[in-house]
Amino acid sequence: MKSVLAASTAVMLAGPVMAEPTAEVLHWWTSGGEAKSVAVLQEQFAAEGGTWTDMPVAGGGGDAAMTALRARVLSGNAPTAVQLKGPAIQEWYEETGLADIGSVAEANNWAEVLPAQIAEHMKCEGTWCAAPVNVHRVNWIWGNKQILDEHGIAMPTTWEEFNAAAEKLQAAGVTPLAHGGQNWQDATIFETVVLGLGGPEFYQQALVDLDPEALTSDTMKQVFDQMRTIRGYVDDNFSGRDWNLATAMVMNGEAAFQIMGDWAKGEFLAAGKEPGVDFVCAQTPGEGFLYNVDSFAFFELDGEEKQQGQELLAKLIMGPEFQKTFNLNKGSIPARTDVALDDFDDCAKKSSEAMNAGAEDGSLLPSYAHGMALRGAPAGAITDVVTAHFNSDMSSEDAVQQLADAVANAM
Amino acid sequence: MEWLERNVPKFVLAPSFVAILVFVYGFIAWTAWISFTKSRLMPRYELDGIGQYERLFAAPRWDVAMNNLFIFGGLFIVISMVIGLMLAIFLDQKIRAEGVLRTVYLYPMALSLIVTGTAWKWILNPGLGIQAAVRSWGFENFTFDWLIRPEMAIYTIVLAAVWQASGFVMALFLAGLRSVDTEIIRAAQVDGIPTHRIYSAIIIPTMAPIFLSAFIVLAHLAIKAFDLVIALTNGGPGYATDLPATYMYAMAFSRGDLGQAASSAMIMMGVIFAIVVPYLYSELRPRRDQ
Repeated sequence: MKSVLAASTAVMLAGPVMAEPTAEVLHWWTSGGEAKSVAVLQEQFAAEGGTWTDMPVAGGGGDAAMTALRARVLSGNAPTAVQLKGPAIQEWYEETGLADIGSVAEANNWAEVLPAQIAEHMKCEGTWCAAPVNVHRVNWIWGNKQILDEHGIAMPTTWEEFNAAAEKLQAAGVTPLAHGGQNWQDATIFETVVLGLGGPEFYQQALVDLDPEALTSDTMKQVFDQMRTIRGYVDDNFSGRDWNLATAMVMNGEAAFQIMGDWAKGEFLAAGKEPGVDFVCAQTPGEGFLYNVDSFAFFELDGEEKQQGQELLAKLIMGPEFQKTFNLNKGSIPARTDVALDDFDDCAKKSSEAMNAGAEDGSLLPSYAHGMALRGAPAGAITDVVTAHFNSDMSSEDAVQQLADAVANAM
Repeated sequence: MEWLERNVPKFVLAPSFVAILVFVYGFIAWTAWISFTKSRLMPRYELDGIGQYERLFAAPRWDVAMNNLFIFGGLFIVISMVIGLMLAIFLDQKIRAEGVLRTVYLYPMALSLIVTGTAWKWILNPGLGIQAAVRSWGFENFTFDWLIRPEMAIYTIVLAAVWQASGFVMALFLAGLRSVDTEIIRAAQVDGIPTHRIYSAIIIPTMAPIFLSAFIVLAHLAIKAFDLVIALTNGGPGYATDLPATYMYAMAFSRGDLGQAASSAMIMMGVIFAIVVPYLYSELRPRRDQ
């Protein structure tokens, strides 16, 4: 008690002397649950005496925010903190440099509490330059419990099982897979198939290291064969459908499965559905964990109050309290492995277990479809081939050839 | 005083002249420069030859985008002009309620292309729109699923664009028809020349400048077509309905590949020049008969 008093007195005494931390935060979390999540951070920041300037830029899944960022950086007026993720952090580091937040990271033991693979994304040439907020798992498959029970189908653990289940459902007149025909959704299915059929090692070679041999291998042909099969399990109206509408199809019993990251869970929960009762979550057929980690990076800025703002923000973002509240709102799991998960639902607990296991055996892998594994140009080139194949009658042989060519052309 | 009088127009025009110089021609030059560099996320200024153009022409997606531009542009211009001309001729028959009909046909032009695209997306969606409606009337085998077929999807864009623009073309032609000297038409009628001959031999030839204007307006609408594609198909299925403008947008804003975006922009500008320069040349050269 005494020490608390002493500390608070110290803060009160020190308060007026120190410069007030300020932060201008550029992000694209503007939808309901996301905006609520940011508000939590904003409150905590203000409670610590900081001044927060919000700079939300909605649109295009972050494209608009990135355009705003580019304009700000070009005019020499970079924001204090920016929502950035994956290799884009290192790309920005190479272009303009990012602030070193190593002191905060070391003082708070980030290296201990983050899975090594995820910690690696937060470093630029060995120094800490970003703070992770959450971990989304991408390779989830969601099922409508009632439909599955009715047809006596268990959640598939291999792609053969999935195909068999889908045939059965189709014969019974149920759409097996709810899917939206948008590039990134095609890519999401593709990467889960790569992981499922090829295994974590093959995924690493093909979609992270871009090894031409892996890209043109027979395994990759099988992946495209499976994509063609999956195309047959999708209903006719899938073109351009948003992912949340596809989720609604599973919810309303119009389709049996959806392959989508755990943000889909938010839709189920928001509609009052219960995991295990109304819907089932399982990892997509195969082993491994594909992660999509949101994070904040900090630009190099002059001005003590801004630097203090960056340090305070980094500390808060990685604080256990924020990690818990934020992720409860967003449907993801904390990036910190030491946050108690009592308040989280079963799917989140499963996700966390798989993450910890994956961190041990190396099957914790970055999602290519969500910009974690590759930079924009090669990732986009792969998506072009995947979506062109999925939406046409291209043969798997042509697809792997195009894949290798497109990747080479994007480098 | 006299000096001032002579120079005031120049002073008044100077700011807009400078603005155009910088913001139009300056940025064209900047884009051209960037297209010869290795710019990715941020612009870089070291020149690096024609690498970006080689990448551009090696990309199958760019081929699709250029092909689509020619399919879309060609069909859109021709069909809009034909429909516009027909509508104008029919409206020109001194019919009743012409004002109302003219407004009806012109109205699509008042809509934003985003609205047009979204509405047609629903109309053409096999599960919601025409196909579902006709099937519900009992024609179970009726199929109209262009929107989800990669080889046909580009024609849905033509359809929506024609719907949007042909009323405007009609208005252009109607103005042209009305400006033809009625004396000549009366003279022809007195001579007993049939109406279709009057149109094909007298009225339409005198409207040549209107055709040219309509062509130029439609051509630039076609080349810069962007919002319609975004709203109607978003480039899909796959990238089957990509146009150069959507390609450029994807490269610049989604992929962090500024060099590719700049080189595709330069090619687009080349296409526009190929159309506009002959037009300007024919318009601006001194007339022989004057």
